[in-house]
Amino acid sequence: MKASALLLALLAAATAAAAATPRELADAYAAEAARQSPGFKPSPQRGAGFYATRFAVSDKMPACTSCHTDSPAQPGQHAVTGKAIKPLAPRAEAARFTDPAKVEKWFRRNCTEVLGRECSAAEKADFIRFVTEGL
Amino acid sequence: MRTALAILLAGTVLALPAAARADRLPLPADAPASFQAECGGCHLPYPPALLTAPDWQRVMATLDRHYGDNAGLEEKTRREIEAFLVRHAATRGRMSGAGDPPRLTRTEWFQREHRKVPATAWRDAQVKSAANCAACHTRAEQGSYRGREIVLPRSR
Repeated sequence: MKASALLLALLAAATAAAAATPRELADAYAAEAARQSPGFKPSPQRGAGFYATRFAVSDKMPACTSCHTDSPAQPGQHAVTGKAIKPLAPRAEAARFTDPAKVEKWFRRNCTEVLGRECSAAEKADFIRFVTEGL
Repeated sequence: MRTALAILLAGTVLALPAAARADRLPLPADAPASFQAECGGCHLPYPPALLTAPDWQRVMATLDRHYGDNAGLEEKTRREIEAFLVRHAATRGRMSGAGDPPRLTRTEWFQREHRKVPATAWRDAQVKSAANCAACHTRAEQGSYRGREIVLPRSR
């Protein structure tokens, strides 16, 4: 948790003038994951598996795909309210994964909802690499 | 005489109850950025005039169980949004929502306004929920709910 706060502070300081790129965000999460588990390397493949996993903690939102569809490059729809959701993939929606505070907020909210816990730095790094690069 | 008539007419329009003009519900200009960012992240940022002040206070006091979701906010943001909602809240009893937390889809006014909507439209996969104003009110995002802008999903 302390590492997360530090990461966020560093990211915020580094990006006060300009927004971060998705790759910078993924790299920062990967660096945090490597501190927790030496040798960690982010993997878009692992991110894809995570994205498709049915965690089934929540009835209405069992997986990332419940709202974001099977492809992060497609527009989604909130599973409960029906609100339209812009694509997660930066190649389809350029503003995605460029605001560190926003990224942290939505990981916290959505991981708690879908997985029933916060996501690890490793999961976040894999996830961003997958939605950014595809497979 | 003409001026007097104009003033009289203007007075009549201004005196209309809020609900009679409810086809135009633009976002009040003093909406904090957090209202759109936080509330609007998951649903249409609903017009504050659709619930009463005590209703909004209850909604904002129970964000950890927000209609099945945990929508908890930092206290500073929570207060800011609550103050905005209360400032523009409805005052009439028929705008008071049933449920805990109260629902703006369960006010006497909302129910009456939507009494002709067929059950099939509410159940439509694209609608999902009565919370999804924009499913039928095609200009809801712009704060406009006029009759001629309504497109029920069945007729698309």
